[in-house]
Amino acid sequence: MALLDYLLGQRKKKSANVAKDRLQILLAHERSARNAPDYLPQLREEILAVIAKYVDIDQDQLQISVDEANGFEVLELNLVLPEH
Amino acid sequence: MSRVVVVTSGKGGVGKTTTSASFSTGLALKGYKVAVIDFDVGLRNLDLIMGCERRVVYDFVNVVQGEAKLQQALIKDKRVDNLYILAASQTRDKDALTQEGVGRVIDELKEAGFDYIICDSPAGIEKGAQLALYFADEALIVTNPEVSSVRDSDRILGILQAKSKRSENGESAIVEHLILTRYNPERVEAGEMLSVDDVIDLLSVKLLGVTPESQDVLNASNAGSPVIMAEDSLAAHAYSDIVARFLGEEIEHRFINLEKKGLFSKLFGK
Repeated sequence: MALLDYLLGQRKKKSANVAKDRLQILLAHERSARNAPDYLPQLREEILAVIAKYVDIDQDQLQISVDEANGFEVLELNLVLPEH
Repeated sequence: MSRVVVVTSGKGGVGKTTTSASFSTGLALKGYKVAVIDFDVGLRNLDLIMGCERRVVYDFVNVVQGEAKLQQALIKDKRVDNLYILAASQTRDKDALTQEGVGRVIDELKEAGFDYIICDSPAGIEKGAQLALYFADEALIVTNPEVSSVRDSDRILGILQAKSKRSENGESAIVEHLILTRYNPERVEAGEMLSVDDVIDLLSVKLLGVTPESQDVLNASNAGSPVIMAEDSLAAHAYSDIVARFLGEEIEHRFINLEKKGLFSKLFGK
């Protein structure tokens, strides 16, 4: 049976890899939230409210972050519009 | 020069107190004068793991509140010279600790000539945990190769970097060391457990040591003797390595890889 498991095991994605992938995404997200300004959640809500007046969007599709690049602070908004 | 070392993790049950007990014992065995402080007010356990639970008369809170002198509250270890334990209070709540009070006790320990002051942090990120790390020069991050422990360690790293005395005063950052506990190379090999490299990758902290999952840890806590004192124990070897590496010795990492099996047993074994 060990032989069979060994061969089958190669095809399935291992749970440790799943764990690492999930953590990579989660930690990146939490680290950026940790350094984010306090007003960001409120800002996100208000922007969403404005956009929702014109387009039917999924709430999770808006990504908003403040990053630092070349000495400038950059407010980055990322929104995927629904297909027509 | 005294060094203050916090043993912290965020998550509970990953081995902070086990690590605090063995790490402080190991340093004392190397000849340093060591004090280990239990910051888990209300849920003290270090005294039990170190086997001095019946000798606690005064505790850390009594000293912080000025109800007892430091010398009265320090419990001298019976096995190892130069090792002293400061127990947490069992009856007070965690508001009994204040930043000024804790700072005063740590200064007093430094003046008393302690080389290392080990702060055993409670789980969580509340006041007790924040005070345990506030005065630290170095930090041992105790982590299990498991998703919630890694996440909580990352959280605690954020607090170490932002809310310590060193960060507030703009001094050099707290030196961070990763201790990966309850490691099982067999499960890592099978792809069922995060590997050492995965965890280092995720947390970006330098590895101080890996301790294997071991029966000896429970046996040692049953007996009230730090596991580093256990004879012929892999966990004891792992902690001795950790202490030596912390003191600057170059020792190769152990307990990471599985003993090599032959092709036959790999295919037809269990």
